[in-house]
Amino acid sequence: MAKVSMTVNGKAASADVEGRTLLVSFLREELGLTGVHVGCDTSQCGACVVHVDGKAVKSCTMLALEAEGSEVATIEGQAAEDGSLNTIQAAFQEHHGLQCGFCTPGMVMSAAALLKDNPKPSEQEIRTYLEGNLCRCTGYHNIVKSIMAASGQDVSALAAE
Amino acid sequence: MYNFEFEKPSTVADAVAALAGDEAQALGGGQTLIPTMKQRLASPSKLVSLSGITEMQGVQREGASLTIGGAVSHADVAAQATDYPALAEMAGHIGDPAVRNRGTIGGSLANNDPSADYPAAALASAATVVTNAREIAADDYFQGMFDTALEDGEIITGVKFLVPQAANYQKFVQPASRFALVGVFVAKHADGVRVAVTGASEEGVFRWSEAEAALDADFSADAIAGLTLDPSGMIGDLHGTKEYRAHLVGVMTKRAVAAAD
Repeated sequence: MAKVSMTVNGKAASADVEGRTLLVSFLREELGLTGVHVGCDTSQCGACVVHVDGKAVKSCTMLALEAEGSEVATIEGQAAEDGSLNTIQAAFQEHHGLQCGFCTPGMVMSAAALLKDNPKPSEQEIRTYLEGNLCRCTGYHNIVKSIMAASGQDVSALAAE
Repeated sequence: MYNFEFEKPSTVADAVAALAGDEAQALGGGQTLIPTMKQRLASPSKLVSLSGITEMQGVQREGASLTIGGAVSHADVAAQATDYPALAEMAGHIGDPAVRNRGTIGGSLANNDPSADYPAAALASAATVVTNAREIAADDYFQGMFDTALEDGEIITGVKFLVPQAANYQKFVQPASRFALVGVFVAKHADGVRVAVTGASEEGVFRWSEAEAALDADFSADAIAGLTLDPSGMIGDLHGTKEYRAHLVGVMTKRAVAAAD
């Protein structure tokens, strides 16, 4: 066992972990941040996407000890203290960007990473960026629409729902 | 995944020392190694992370060559290798954005997956693989599927690419894995054209010498229109037959030549 310390959603967090403890296991089991989902556990589906030092990573494919000293952001830190949704979350709600919701934490975190680098992405850029986030309900259309809307772009030109 | 001891040294020398023990394994970004360990296809007793070694970071232009640190992520190559646009473009299409933020050039080359992109870029660019111990020419480095000239415990500290006059990489993506079903990197150097093919052969990445000779004489897609590749050594699986892959090599090579700049 070794001690790992990091900042998660702005708060200091540390625990004794094994070498093999994955970042997603540390977040879910040590910190109770179960909004970080394990879908495939093979780095395909993106339900576990969190930000480490501002970059989107698949937390099922990163060791907790590799995040020593890092700033980690999860879906739990996205809404304001009073529970009001951030722009991306509100757009997902407004444009029905989810059905079962399982992929949504990863979708929102990937969307946040995209919009940080590319504040006004095209529809194609959004679809390409989401290659590593799988959704089995929506057909992606409303997810793309939600991200377009969150970036402040007109979504009326996108095909009907 | 079986448990292991974890070390994260801050210098190459410390990493080499940490790898000296039996069954120790270097960890780049872990985008292949961690899934492999989850499947218990690998079970090292110790992992030595290379992500904390600053001397293995950075992208630097020196004359005609571009040197990329062994621990540089695909995303950083895509953003920083602006002196070699075809390489940056290739790095920007590996896996998906989250994978590119973790996966590293050194890790990819050390693994030498037969469908990985970097081996094609390194071979076509006449790259030099720089390790803690020596420099290895790409032509000597790749030894077959998942096999390289690296010794146990040897670390890729950097890769020196020869920036070509014109280059392009064309990948026919296997849609589920996003690995190359066939990928062809064409690079036109002052002393000749190099064509490196990934994804296709049971021997891993290889140079298509007939196409290189034809393109030396005439660097155009038409110059290789009549060439065919023997399918006998190609990979055949449920995603594509040997003949299909051999055909795709020709198609991707023509597209790469047409797009090279």
